Amino acid sequence: MSLTKQDVKKAADLARIEVTDQEAEDALGPLKKVFALIEEMQQLDTEAVEPMAHAQDISTRLRDDIVTEKDQREILQASAPAVEKGLFLVPKVIDQ
Amino acid sequence: MFDKTVKELGDALRRKEFSSTELTVSFLDRSKTINKDINAFITFDEEQTLAQAKKADEIISSNNATALTGIPIAHKDIWCAKDWITTSGSRMLENFRSPYDAHIIKRFNEYGAVTLGKTNMDEFAMGSSNETSWFGNVKNPWDLDRVPGGSSGGSAAAVSAGMAPASTGTDTGGSIRQPAALCGISGLKPTYGLVSRYGMIAFASSLDQGGPMARSAEDLAILLEAMVSFDAKDSTSLKKPTMDYSSAVNKSITGLRIGIPKEYFSDQIAPDVQKGVDEALKEYEKLGAKLVNISLPTSPLSVAAYYVIAPAEASSNLSRFDGVRYGYRAPEYSDLNDMYAKTRAQGFGAEVKRRILIGTYVLSHGYYDAYYLKAQKVRRLISQDFSRAFEQCDVIMSPTTPSTAFQIGEKASDPVQMYLSDTFTIAANLAGLPAMSIPCGLDQKQLPIGLQIIGNYFEESQMIAAAHQYQCVTDWHLKKPPLNNI
Repeated sequence: MSLTKQDVKKAADLARIEVTDQEAEDALGPLKKVFALIEEMQQLDTEAVEPMAHAQDISTRLRDDIVTEKDQREILQASAPAVEKGLFLVPKVIDQ
Repeated sequence: MFDKTVKELGDALRRKEFSSTELTVSFLDRSKTINKDINAFITFDEEQTLAQAKKADEIISSNNATALTGIPIAHKDIWCAKDWITTSGSRMLENFRSPYDAHIIKRFNEYGAVTLGKTNMDEFAMGSSNETSWFGNVKNPWDLDRVPGGSSGGSAAAVSAGMAPASTGTDTGGSIRQPAALCGISGLKPTYGLVSRYGMIAFASSLDQGGPMARSAEDLAILLEAMVSFDAKDSTSLKKPTMDYSSAVNKSITGLRIGIPKEYFSDQIAPDVQKGVDEALKEYEKLGAKLVNISLPTSPLSVAAYYVIAPAEASSNLSRFDGVRYGYRAPEYSDLNDMYAKTRAQGFGAEVKRRILIGTYVLSHGYYDAYYLKAQKVRRLISQDFSRAFEQCDVIMSPTTPSTAFQIGEKASDPVQMYLSDTFTIAANLAGLPAMSIPCGLDQKQLPIGLQIIGNYFEESQMIAAAHQYQCVTDWHLKKPPLNNI
C-alpha cells in the first residue's frame, strides 16, 4: 500500500485536526517511513493467532450504581475555556 | 546531600539531623538554579511544596514517619496533582490546574512525601528524547548537547543532576527505562495493573504504567511500596497482596537463571554498550547467577506492532482534547467543527498529531484487520515468546538501549530512527511484564550505559534483588555527571 496526501487529509478530517495542503504534503514522507516499518508485521503468518487486546486477561470490574462523588461542577469547570451558568459554551450548532 | 539516596535522607530525617523543610529548601534552590540549563522541571510551586514539608516535619517530630516522610519527590507532569498546573508537556494543557490528585499522588501524600515540582516530558509522553515538549527540550546532565531520553526525560535528568532524590515516571514503550539508561539512574516499570493509572493523563491505556525513578534499586523498592496499591477507580488495577519490596532486596540471587535473548544482542548495539552489558553479566556470574541462552523470535516486530497499537489507543484517548471542557481553545473559528479542528491543530505538536493520524488511519474503515487486528495478533505472539522464555529462566537481561544518549536534533527529522531507540524496551509493555534499567557502565564519551532486567509477572522483588546485589558490588549507580558547564 502507498499512503497518499488524500489519505492524510482524510485521517486529519476524521481526527478533527486542521491541516493545510502543505502540512499534509510535509507529513506524508515521515508517515510513509512509519508505515514501511509497520508493514514488517505482514511477513508473519498470524492466521491461527488469537488477537491480544490487553496485557492482563481480566474482565471489566463492575460496581454498584451508587453516587460516590459530591457535586464538584464549579471546580471541574474552572479549567474550561468558556462557561456560563454551569454550562460549557460552544459555538452555535443549530441554525434558527 | 544532593547525591544521597532516599534511604539515606530518610534515615537522616528520622534521626533529626535536618528537617524536611531544610532539605526541601535546599533541593528547591538547587533545582531552580540548575533548571535554567537542564530544563528538567516545568513547574515549581514553592508555597505548596513548603506547606507539605512543614507538615512532614510535624509527622517526623511525632515519630510517625514512614520511609518517605519529608522526602522531596519530583513528579512527571503527566500525573494530576490537586491545585498544581498539570500540562502533560503540551500547549493543550498549558494552563490546566488539576482539580484532583492522581491515585499515586494521593499515596505519596499519605506517606508524607513532598512534591518538589512537576517534571518536563515529551508531549503526552510521545517521544524518546524530550524534544517534543511544548516547554522546550530537557538536556542530558552528562552532556548538555545530548538528549536525556524520553518521555520521562525531565524525571531522569532531575535525579541524575541531583535536583531531586527521586522521581516518578510513566512507561508506555520504554519511557521510564530509556531515559533512566541515558541519564545513568535506576528506573522501574511495574507489571501492568500494579500501579493505578487514575489521574495519569492517558496515552495508550493498555500499555501505560507508572513507576519509580531513583539512584538505587533500594530506593526504587521504597518508592514502589507507596505506588503499588489497588484502586477501584482504575478498572485495570489489580488486587494483589501487599509486597515488602524493601526487605526483598537482600534475597539471594545464587542460582538465578538469567535469560540472554539472542535477538537483543545483535550488531545494532554500539560496541561500548555491548561491552558494558557483557561485563555486567560477568559480574552476575560472579554473584552466583547462571546465564541461559533464550530466544524471543517475534520481538523484532515489537516496534512495528507498537506503532499500530499505541497510536490507535492514543487517537481515541486524545479525542477528549477538543477545546470544550478544559485546556486550550483556538481564539478564532467559524463553527463548532472548525473550533475542534483549529484547537487541535494549534494545541497539539507535530509528533502528537502524527500519532493521532496514524491511529486514526489504522482504525479507519477498511484497514482495521490489516493493521490493528494484525498488531494485536503479533502482540499475542510476543507475549507467548516471553511465557516460553520464563520456563527456562527467572529474569531476562539485555541492553536497555542500542546506544548511549544521542545528540539533540540527531533523530528529530526521522521518526522511525527515533522509534527504534525503544527497540529493546517495547516488548515488555506489549506483554505487560515488569522491566527495569540500571546503570552498568560509561562509554568512551563518558555517557551512561543501561542494563535492562525484565521479570516475569509480579516478580518485581526478584528483579529489585538482582539489581540491588549488583549495585552492592559495583558503583556505576553512584557515578555523577560532571555538570562542568553549569
